[in-house]
Amino acid sequence: MTTAYPTPTEPKEHTAEHEKHNLTGFIIFLCSESVIFLAFFSGYALLKTSALDWLPAGVDGLEWQMPLINSVVLVSSSGTIYLAERAKARGSIWGFRGFWLLTMALGSYFLYGQAVEWSGLEFGFTSGTFGGTFYLLTGFHGLHVATGVGLMTLMLIKSFIPGNYDGGEQGVEATSLFWHFVDVIWIILFLLIYVWQRS
Amino acid sequence: MTLATFPASEPKPSWTRYFSFNTDAKVIGIQYIVLAFFFFLIGGLLAMIIRGELITPEADLVDRTVYNGIYTMHGTIMLFLFIFPVLNGLNNLLIPTMIGAPDMAFPRLNAVAFWLVPIFGTLLIASFFVPGGPAYSGWWSYPPVSVQNPLGHLVNGQGMWLTAVALSGVSSIMGAVNFVTTIIRMRAPGMTWFRMPVFCWTALAAQSLQLIGLPALTGGAIMLLFDLVAGTTFYDPSGGGDPVLYQHFFWFYSHPAVYVIILPVFGIFSELFPVYARKPLFGYVYVSLASFIIVGLGLIVWVHHFFTSGVPQWMRNLFMVNTMLISVPTGVKVFAWLGTLWRGKIRLTTPMLFCLGGLFNFVFAGITGVMLATVPVDIHVSNTYFVVGHFHYVIYGAAVMGIFAAIYHWFPKFIGRMPYEGLGKLHFLLTFIGANLNFLPMHPLGLMGMPRRVSSYDPEFAFWNVLASLGAFLLGVSIIPFLLNMISSWIRGPKSTHNPWNAIGLEWLLPSPPAEDNFGEHVPVVISKPYGYGLGKPLVEHQAEIEQALTAAELQESSR
Repeated sequence: MTTAYPTPTEPKEHTAEHEKHNLTGFIIFLCSESVIFLAFFSGYALLKTSALDWLPAGVDGLEWQMPLINSVVLVSSSGTIYLAERAKARGSIWGFRGFWLLTMALGSYFLYGQAVEWSGLEFGFTSGTFGGTFYLLTGFHGLHVATGVGLMTLMLIKSFIPGNYDGGEQGVEATSLFWHFVDVIWIILFLLIYVWQRS
Repeated sequence: MTLATFPASEPKPSWTRYFSFNTDAKVIGIQYIVLAFFFFLIGGLLAMIIRGELITPEADLVDRTVYNGIYTMHGTIMLFLFIFPVLNGLNNLLIPTMIGAPDMAFPRLNAVAFWLVPIFGTLLIASFFVPGGPAYSGWWSYPPVSVQNPLGHLVNGQGMWLTAVALSGVSSIMGAVNFVTTIIRMRAPGMTWFRMPVFCWTALAAQSLQLIGLPALTGGAIMLLFDLVAGTTFYDPSGGGDPVLYQHFFWFYSHPAVYVIILPVFGIFSELFPVYARKPLFGYVYVSLASFIIVGLGLIVWVHHFFTSGVPQWMRNLFMVNTMLISVPTGVKVFAWLGTLWRGKIRLTTPMLFCLGGLFNFVFAGITGVMLATVPVDIHVSNTYFVVGHFHYVIYGAAVMGIFAAIYHWFPKFIGRMPYEGLGKLHFLLTFIGANLNFLPMHPLGLMGMPRRVSSYDPEFAFWNVLASLGAFLLGVSIIPFLLNMISSWIRGPKSTHNPWNAIGLEWLLPSPPAEDNFGEHVPVVISKPYGYGLGKPLVEHQAEIEQALTAAELQESSR
C-alpha cells in the first residue's frame, strides 16, 4: 500500500535558507523604516515653506562647517565598512576586525560631534517649529547611528566566539546595510537642514 | 505502513500552550483571534452605551464628557484591538498552511508581536481609570483637542492612547515583516506566484500597505506626543506649527488601513465563493493583481478625509479623481465573484451566507463611498452620520462578516471539530438584519444633517435613531449564538475530517488539526493552479495517495 508522504525530498539546507529569510526580513524592515524619515522630512519641508518666521528671534542660521566635517566622517565610514566586508570575503578575519573597529570609531566620532554641536546651540527643542524639527530630525537620526554602533559591537563580539563566525555573517551583512542606510539618510538630512537654509 | 507520521499517535498538546510564549503560528493565530474577541466584547459594550444614549434626543444616559471618551475608545478598541489582531490571527493560521510552510519565517518575532497586543490593550483599557478619564478626541486624535492636558498629569488618557497606538504600530510592523518574508520565501515547491491562493495575494498586498503607511502615523504620533508632553509646537499655530500636517500624517496611514482590513476579506471571499459554488475563481490573475492596484491607488487618496480642512481646490479635485479610480479594481473583483457564482452549484452553508451578506453590504458601501469621494457631496455630509454609516457598512457589514465567514470555514481545520450549522445560520440572520437596521438609518440621518460625536440631538432625528439603536441591540444579541457555537463546538462538536467542505488547497491536505510543523519535511509539490473545482486536475503530486492516507488515519482514530 502506498503511504502518505513516501517521496523523501532531498534534505534541505535549513540553516542556510533561514539566514536568507533574515536578510530579506531586514531589507523589508529598512524599506518601512525609511518611510518614517520620509514623513519627518516632508513635515519639515511643509513647516519650513509655510512658516512666516522660520528662525526664532536671536538665531540667524546654523553653523555648517563642523556638521560638514561630521558628514565627511560618516560618509567615509561607509567606505571602511565596505573594506571590512571585503577583508572578510578574502578570509582575513583580522582585516575585517580592523576595518570594522575603524567604522565603529568613525560612527562614535560622529555622535560625539553631534553632541558638541547640540551643546553649543542657543536654541532648544521648544524654540518653535525650527528648533523642534531640528532636534527631532538630528536626534532621530543620531538614535539610528547609536543603534548601528551597538549592532557593530555585537557583531565584533560574535566574531570572537569560536565556530560562530559563519552564524554572524548574515548579521554582518545586515549591519552593513543598516549603516549605508543611516549614511544616505544623513546626506538628505544635511542637504535639507544645513544646505537649504534660505527659504 | 508509515501512517505513524500522522499526529494521531502524537500526545495531545496541552491547552496551557495558549497562555504561554508559544512560537507555533497556529497557536499564535488562535491566541490572536480569542484575544481579539475579548476586546470585541468590550468595544461592543461601548457601542451599546453609545446607541443607548442616542435612543432619546436628550443626553440622559451618560455625562457629555464621558460620552466623548466612550466613542473615542469604541473606535480605537475596535480597530487596534479587534480587527487588526483578528486579521493577524487569520494570517497566522492560513498563510503557512496555504503555502505549505512549517511556520512563519520568524517564529519568535511573531510571538513578540502577539504578546504586545495584551500589553497595549491593558494600557488602553487602564486609561479609563486614570484621573481625567480616557482620550476623548475621537479615534483620529486631531490637535488641538488632542494636545489638551487640563489636569497637567504626566499620566493622562491622551498620552496613554498615543503610547498604546505606537506599541500597536510596532506590533503590526513586526507582523508585516514576518508575513511578507514568509510569503516571498517559504512557498511550497511548484507554488509559483500565480499558483498562490488569493488570500495570500491579498495578505501580501495588505501587509505591504502596513509597511508603507504605518511609519507615517508613527512619525506623526511621536510629534503629537512631544507636543503633548514636551511643549513643542509642531501642530500648534501659535508656535509656527500646522494642525493640518497631523491630518496628513494620520490619514496617510489610516486611509490605507481600511484596505489593510478589507483586502484580506476580499481574499476570504475569493477563497470561499469557489468552494461553495463548485467553480474555479473567475479571473484569478485579475483578482490577484487588482489587489496591488488598490494598494497603489489607496496610498494616494488620503486627503479626501479632510476636504473641509482648508486644502486647496486642485488638491480636492486630484484626490476626488484618485478616490473614484479605486472603484475600478474593486469593481473588477466584485465582477469576478459574481462570475464565479454565476450558474454555480451554490451551497448555502453558514460561511457562504456570511460571504454573500458581506458582499451585499460591501457593494452598498462602495456606492456611498463614491458619493463621499465627490467633493460637493462630501462637503455637505462631512462629519455627519452619513460618514459613520458608510464606514460601518465597510467595516462591520463587509469586513466583520467576511471574518465570521472565515472563522466558520476554517474552524474545523484548526480546531478539529465542526461548528453547529443551526446556530451559525441564526448568527448570520441576526448579524445581517442587525447590521442593516443599525447602519442604514445613519445615511438619511447624515443627509438630514445630524452631526457625529454628539450625545443629544434635535427631536426631528429621533425616528431614525430609534431604528439604528434597535439594530445595534440586535447586533449585540447576535454575538450570543456565535459565542455559544464556538465554545460548545470547540468542547464537544462532532469531529471534523481533513476536508469537510470538499475544498481544494494545501491546508485541506493536512489532518485537522494539523501537526505542529504542518507538512514537516514532506511538503507536497504543487502542479496546478488553485481553485480547480470541477476540472478534475490534482493540485499536488501524489494527491490521491495523500488523501487516502489521511482518510485511513481518520478511520483508525475514530475506531479507537
